[in-house]
Amino acid sequence: MSILLIVEQVLNGLQFGVMLFLMAAGLTLIFGVMGLINLAHGSLYMVGAFAAAAVAGLTGSFLLALMAALAAAALVGALVEMVVIRRLYRSAHLDQVLATFALILIFSEGTRWLFGSFPLYLDIPEALSGPVTLPGGIQYPLYRLTLIAVGLIVALGLWWLIERTRIGIQIRAGKNDREMIAALGVDISKLYTVIFALGAALAGLAGALVGAIQSVQVGMGEPVLILAFVVIVIGGIGSIKGAFIGAILVGLTDTLGGIFLPALFKLFMDPSTASQSGSALASMLIYILMSLVLIWRPTGLFGVRG
Amino acid sequence: MIPERWINWAVLAALIAVPLWALLADAPFTITLTTRVVILAIAAVGLNIALGIGGLVSLGHAVFFGIGGYAMGILASHAQTYVPLELFGMSIEGTKSMPIIWLTATLLSALIAYLIGLLVLRTSGVYFIMITLAFGQMFYYFAISWAAYGGEDGLSIYVRNEFPGLNTLVPIQFYGLCLSILVCVLFLKARLVASPFGLVLNAARQSSVRVETVGLNPARIKLLAFVISGAITGLAGALFADLNRFVSPQMFSWQLSGELIVFIIIGGVGRLMGPVIGAAVFVLLEHWLGGLTEFWQICLGAILLGIVLFARGGVVGLLTGKEGAHV
Repeated sequence: MSILLIVEQVLNGLQFGVMLFLMAAGLTLIFGVMGLINLAHGSLYMVGAFAAAAVAGLTGSFLLALMAALAAAALVGALVEMVVIRRLYRSAHLDQVLATFALILIFSEGTRWLFGSFPLYLDIPEALSGPVTLPGGIQYPLYRLTLIAVGLIVALGLWWLIERTRIGIQIRAGKNDREMIAALGVDISKLYTVIFALGAALAGLAGALVGAIQSVQVGMGEPVLILAFVVIVIGGIGSIKGAFIGAILVGLTDTLGGIFLPALFKLFMDPSTASQSGSALASMLIYILMSLVLIWRPTGLFGVRG
Repeated sequence: MIPERWINWAVLAALIAVPLWALLADAPFTITLTTRVVILAIAAVGLNIALGIGGLVSLGHAVFFGIGGYAMGILASHAQTYVPLELFGMSIEGTKSMPIIWLTATLLSALIAYLIGLLVLRTSGVYFIMITLAFGQMFYYFAISWAAYGGEDGLSIYVRNEFPGLNTLVPIQFYGLCLSILVCVLFLKARLVASPFGLVLNAARQSSVRVETVGLNPARIKLLAFVISGAITGLAGALFADLNRFVSPQMFSWQLSGELIVFIIIGGVGRLMGPVIGAAVFVLLEHWLGGLTEFWQICLGAILLGIVLFARGGVVGLLTGKEGAHV
């Protein structure tokens, strides 16, 4: 086990983690401010990926594809919020789960109807393809490194937005007391639409960015959605900081576990059993992490107690 | 408007009449379809104990469905190959006997439900929903990476398991077995609702604090409800695997967990026959709309949205004219 491999896997874990953060940030924001559990967030991830793949196919430009992903996801998000989600803020969680489950069915089948069942491919742009040499002579794909950078920039941007801008103040106020800020003259329903569209745009961006290293297909959003739930549960619902730390933890645990557990098991088992039980355990590792966090702190690392 | 009691009897009558008609008309596929309805209904009745009475919105009940399925698959595959199952130094013979498989499936699901329940019931609300969903996914990926029992491809069982005195390969006889179990489970559910346990569980859904104030332990009551609920869904999983003679990680999928909730909502939350009606509507929609268009789930999604936003009592609510969704 060389140091090169370890560095490479840590970078992979970070890349996975920051992409999870893009998903989890929107979810946790939407829950924190509007009190809504949104299962259809994965569909917005898919919408972003498909919009990017379609535009890249037409124009050949990756930058335009990314813009299309952001715009399409934000637009669809705003539309869904105004037509459906708005009616659910005061509903029981059960109703929210069902309505957003229904949205998943509609989005998934609608996308299948539009684009067919075969996966689409989104190519990595020319300028970002190929490896880059890091200090220490480590070769690493430039595109994945870019993803890490984009994720970190978005995280910083979100922090700035929430801590330093007027809309951020409104978002934080909305978390604490929605009636009070409505009384102070903030158009709360417009604020909710903006937050929902912002979360959707982040999901769409993640879908497009990840779509270039995996295939773009119907149903790609839900596994990521569930991982984002794990992230939020670990970080504490409503906390952006928690979502970031949770996402990095989950990204690293999943990636490193998948590589190192089978290797670890080989030390005291025969190779085939070791790789089998190692990968079986590795697939459960993040859920075990989640359980441990829950036992320790039932409301997550940065959740509000009580 | 129609009293709920009449609806209950009408549903039961239909569950007896339709397969008998199919038998006379020589339409074995209709019997298989009805068997599917009955088995899915058992699973949803199980979930309804946690969700309908206890208010525990579990989005991971496919875990128990899958555990039941794999309990059947593993026992039957060892019987099929005559290789005993080595477990903790014991050597266990496989079996093709349904009663033993059912017992194993039920107990194993109950055990897993207990362990998961200990963890998830520390939380409530949205955390509960997300964590049950996450555990479902954990079992799903575990089943995929578990190569010894088929991994992603699943396990096929060549011949349906046996029940003393019956020929389970005859569709109507297997149907009779499943229907009897559904009736038992419905009876159990009805008795539970009316029992002191059911009353406390109902109260715990409405206010945990008040239940605690009168000196009862809501956490233990909810855990027990979760275990009973998981055990029944597990039994349904074993039956479902026997119906298809096939088990796969798909039985653990989050879609299935979602569909189980959908059955309950289509029928009407907290109604005795709600899950049965919901499962029937779902399977019929799948069959008819699925025959018309490949994209029938768009219609299902639209119907579901309509129910959540406008017809909150589900089918039973519409028929009885009472939205009052709870027990």
